[in-house]
Amino acid sequence: MATPPSVIGTQNKKGQTYTDPWKLLHEAPRTPSFFTGSEVIKEAVRRSSCDVMIAYPITPQSEAAALIGELFAEGYIGDYFRGESEFAVMSQCAGAAFGGARVFTTTAGPGTMRAMENFPMWAGARLPIQMIVTCRGINSPLSIQPDTLEIAYLLNTGMLVWHAETAQDFFDWILKGYLVSEEPDVHLPLALCCDGFFVTHTKDVVNLTPADMCLPPYDPYRSPVPCMDMECPPVRMMRDPFVMKSNYISYATHASWQQEIWAAIERSRKHSIHWLNGLIDTENVDAETLIVASGTAVSQGREAIRLLEEEGVRCGLVKVKTLRPWPEDEIREATKNAKHIFVPEFNVTGWLAKELRATIPNPHRVHAGPHVCGGMTMPPEIIVSEIKTALGMKSFSLAGRGS
Amino acid sequence: MSEYRVLPGPEHFLPPAAASMGIQLPNPGEAHINGVIASEEKAYEEAARQFLMAKVPTIFPGPLVLWAWNEKAAKKATAIRHLYNTLKDCVQPGQKAMLIPMPDYRPKYPKINPEVEINPNHPNLTIWHNKIDCCMFVGVHCHQANLSLKIIRGGTSCYTIAMCAQAGHEDAMLSFRDASVEKIMRLADTIKRLKGTVQPRLETAKNGASS
Repeated sequence: MATPPSVIGTQNKKGQTYTDPWKLLHEAPRTPSFFTGSEVIKEAVRRSSCDVMIAYPITPQSEAAALIGELFAEGYIGDYFRGESEFAVMSQCAGAAFGGARVFTTTAGPGTMRAMENFPMWAGARLPIQMIVTCRGINSPLSIQPDTLEIAYLLNTGMLVWHAETAQDFFDWILKGYLVSEEPDVHLPLALCCDGFFVTHTKDVVNLTPADMCLPPYDPYRSPVPCMDMECPPVRMMRDPFVMKSNYISYATHASWQQEIWAAIERSRKHSIHWLNGLIDTENVDAETLIVASGTAVSQGREAIRLLEEEGVRCGLVKVKTLRPWPEDEIREATKNAKHIFVPEFNVTGWLAKELRATIPNPHRVHAGPHVCGGMTMPPEIIVSEIKTALGMKSFSLAGRGS
Repeated sequence: MSEYRVLPGPEHFLPPAAASMGIQLPNPGEAHINGVIASEEKAYEEAARQFLMAKVPTIFPGPLVLWAWNEKAAKKATAIRHLYNTLKDCVQPGQKAMLIPMPDYRPKYPKINPEVEINPNHPNLTIWHNKIDCCMFVGVHCHQANLSLKIIRGGTSCYTIAMCAQAGHEDAMLSFRDASVEKIMRLADTIKRLKGTVQPRLETAKNGASS
């Protein structure tokens, strides 16, 4: 097979022009559009030159899978089909990616948990699949409401894990996600997470790139492992498992294999910083009080900061964009002046606060909360109340019997 | 910048991946030596010097250049053969240049023949058996190259060079990136130019094995 010439400037079968990614994302005109998060996912995928999308319809948590079915009907996706379960979907995604396709899928909550075995397999096989995770409750009794507990389970799979705050993040990061995860020195799957319902079902103004411009296609021949091309000899060098061998060498090889996956996450830092303009965003981090958050907790934190300013309390903000790679150095630098660090989260365990405590010096500065979960909303007032209480200021109770 | 340096081993029972120690890959137009970003110019000189100093300088071509799966691969294979012939011509008596292929990535059980091939899952066996003290990987898929380079660093004192067609390898002691026919030929030219100016370490060379 000859190395394909650059396709930039040529058109696909839908008449979209393959565009230099930097120009597409930074220079092309943007059109403000009023869409739900699910519709935004569809619009991003339209521009992603996806080969295969496999779905296990998870409506009502997210309509994205069904909407991408419409894209297939319109001819924007090479293949689209439904799996028997989330586990089947993720296994089929692996097959498509092994074969050299750019793959997209979505999941949420119990579906993520059911498919979990596949995620370390994707990472170990170096498959740059993109999976949208519209987080929802995972435990019994059933909840379809937003809750980010499933992210805690994804953090150690070897996947890249990003946490979008807004639908605009989602649109841009779907496109950027492929650019990072398909780099040959990275080549890992990406779990692009958002807080379900808050992002997927609400409408927001999102600035979209032109629909007639799209990403260049994926080139599987840059993969760090052999692509399963049935016409080419390297396919015969498959990845035999070591599990059947019981000796020092096979264990040492497997250990090195695992190290290489995490090394690839480290390598993604450079590319993520390039495309996301840093792994974190910061505002007023010279303040003594900081909020560190990811996902929609950032938005609630931002509003809490505005309320606090009205009362004369200055508070800074750190928005964590990537959880894997974990922005350790950036967070240490951003929090170096803080005396109090608050971590609002939409889950019961406070996984972000735990990560933060393990990262910074003097971790007693971290106040793990406020927490809500099970689909509860997080009014900015409860963040304000938590901060004021910790600072020894008078704070009114937000819950009561009514009067 | 990380204080960790990628040096010949034997480093550890299970050495870390260099990327996890903060070593970063070079940008286009650059290389790295021992984990420190360097100019390509300097890397050609150092790679040639290491080859000419070694008792058993060896090239390990992988599947991406062993199979003529596209025109570029075939041209690279010819360039690698030229590099090997140049190396053979430039070494002194007592030195032995070798070319040992890595034909595939399946673990070789029950026993590999280390005289005819190297395998990424147990590359140290080929290094030890042939007393290789300097080697270059070329045409090996990046994941497999990193596994292999790390295992070599863990258990042998062999100096490793990567002529990588993609982004390079932190787990090698010296790495080029975006390898092309021109870069391989340029390395051959540098070896030729430095012939006779580098003293082989025949007396002091370790045999590549962990002592």
